[in-house]
Amino acid sequence: MSASANRMRGGMAALPFIAPAALFFSVFVLWPIADSIWVSLHDWDGIHRMRWVGLGNYTELFGDDVFYTALVNNIWWLLSYMLAPVFGLAMALFLNQSIAGMRLYKSLFFFPFVISQVVVGLVFSWFFNGDFGLLNLGLHAIGLHGVSLLGNANWATPSVIVAGLWPQTAYCMILYLTGLTAVNGEIVEAARMDGARGWNMLWNIIIPQLRPATFIAVVVSVVGALRSFDLVSIMTKGGPYDSSAVLAYYMYEQTFLSFRYGYGAAIAVVLFAIMDIYIAIFLVIMLRQERR
Amino acid sequence: MFPRPIQTASPGARALYRVALPVSLIIWLLPLLAIFLTSARTAQDLAQGNYWGWPHGTNLFGNYAAVFTSSPMGRYLLNSIEITLPAVAGTLVLSTLAGFGLAKFRFRASSFVLAIFIAGNFVPFQILMIPVRDLMIHVFPLYNTIWALIVFHSAFQTGFCTLFMRNFMREIPDSLLEAARMDGAGSFRIFWLIVLPLVRPALAALAVLEFTFIWNDYFWALVLVQSDSARPITAGLQALQGMWLASWQLMSAGAIVAATPSVVVFFLMQRHFISGLTLGSVKE
Repeated sequence: MSASANRMRGGMAALPFIAPAALFFSVFVLWPIADSIWVSLHDWDGIHRMRWVGLGNYTELFGDDVFYTALVNNIWWLLSYMLAPVFGLAMALFLNQSIAGMRLYKSLFFFPFVISQVVVGLVFSWFFNGDFGLLNLGLHAIGLHGVSLLGNANWATPSVIVAGLWPQTAYCMILYLTGLTAVNGEIVEAARMDGARGWNMLWNIIIPQLRPATFIAVVVSVVGALRSFDLVSIMTKGGPYDSSAVLAYYMYEQTFLSFRYGYGAAIAVVLFAIMDIYIAIFLVIMLRQERR
Repeated sequence: MFPRPIQTASPGARALYRVALPVSLIIWLLPLLAIFLTSARTAQDLAQGNYWGWPHGTNLFGNYAAVFTSSPMGRYLLNSIEITLPAVAGTLVLSTLAGFGLAKFRFRASSFVLAIFIAGNFVPFQILMIPVRDLMIHVFPLYNTIWALIVFHSAFQTGFCTLFMRNFMREIPDSLLEAARMDGAGSFRIFWLIVLPLVRPALAALAVLEFTFIWNDYFWALVLVQSDSARPITAGLQALQGMWLASWQLMSAGAIVAATPSVVVFFLMQRHFISGLTLGSVKE
């Protein structure tokens, strides 16, 4: 629907409606962003006076090995999370049938997204446990050696990502299931008449029609990947030896465990800058859709 | 419909599908089933290393009762409820008002204000962490009370909810509001008597969605509260990890307790939940 001519006029009349939300949002979201940038230019332990260091925290950051580990891990998270839309689409195609009980099946498949990441993290820590985890039991059963995945510097990050992909895939699945109900049946039938089927049909007819679902699935997966904190905190605490740190966790650790507030703020600003790229892309696409 | 309806497939394929469905579900939910099974085991079973074998007796009720009697889990659960309900209400009030202001009034900055709400909703929590914690300690002394979480969640979630409400309200025909205006109704009367009844489905969708978002929050619980008196169940569960080091039956039962409310809300309000999640993704 385009902007209509007889909408009510005037910013002053809208003010009492928007002001409360705008006030809360400014105090707890907008101002803190600015303040974090300010804090990042200081040396601060959170208690005593802040000491101005200019870009000192940033120069230190760019020489910090753990920062690079966290940054690289974030990139792994981001890339791996792009599997969530792919798996989610596959699951949605598998479940997009109408037989008795299908609704219940769909809801049960969606389960992992509804529960807290704290619970997901605990469940998977238990699953991956080196001594008695179900995974190792399976490995033993087929004659392989068990491994303590979360205690292994090479495997910790991939293991945590697997745990994260579980709910994320469920989320993408629901987006695609809804998208599939909106696919134009006539076009599908017409393509079938023309002999399109299987991959060909999926790639040329279905996926283009699922673009809105794909857009949202990618957006929420990117945000989910960059926000990854809960699972790292529950499953590995960034270890062993900081090998599974991500920016979100490293920031928390530096601030509260090492009492380096300024340094923590600088890490947050870097993460924010990365996220801004995605926010900008999202806004541009959204506002363009709006204008049509 | 894609893929082709299974009813039109060969009998073999149909049978295969009927088998594949429950099998894949069990594999998909295996971690959860395992934790549920563990929550019913006896401590002796686990002490003997029987983690995955057939249980030698169950202690389902005993374990769940122990969770509440031997730990502050009951307190955490109550805190979560006391935090989540007001926070959901708060964010709905703020965003319904703002959504109306942005959907039905024309002024130059409206796109800009909306863009700020949307963008703010995406920011990483860490960029807010230090200042928000300071605000709660020094400016509004709410740190370590449930109010710190209520106020922050209400404020932060307003970004997403305002976009949602605004999009929903734009679909309300202007002529409807215009008619009321002709009859001499002011903006607030129009909002209260015409708009609010019409947006009830959207409010329901947002309420369930926000319930699970806020219920499941862990990061802010870690940052804004630290004592048992205000800690919600997610952070509480994590805190109990140390105490219940080898008592997996209790840890599992605790995890199930923490997960249950959002699962129940989801099942009861499923239709609303999904319409909330997918808003805007299917219509273009």
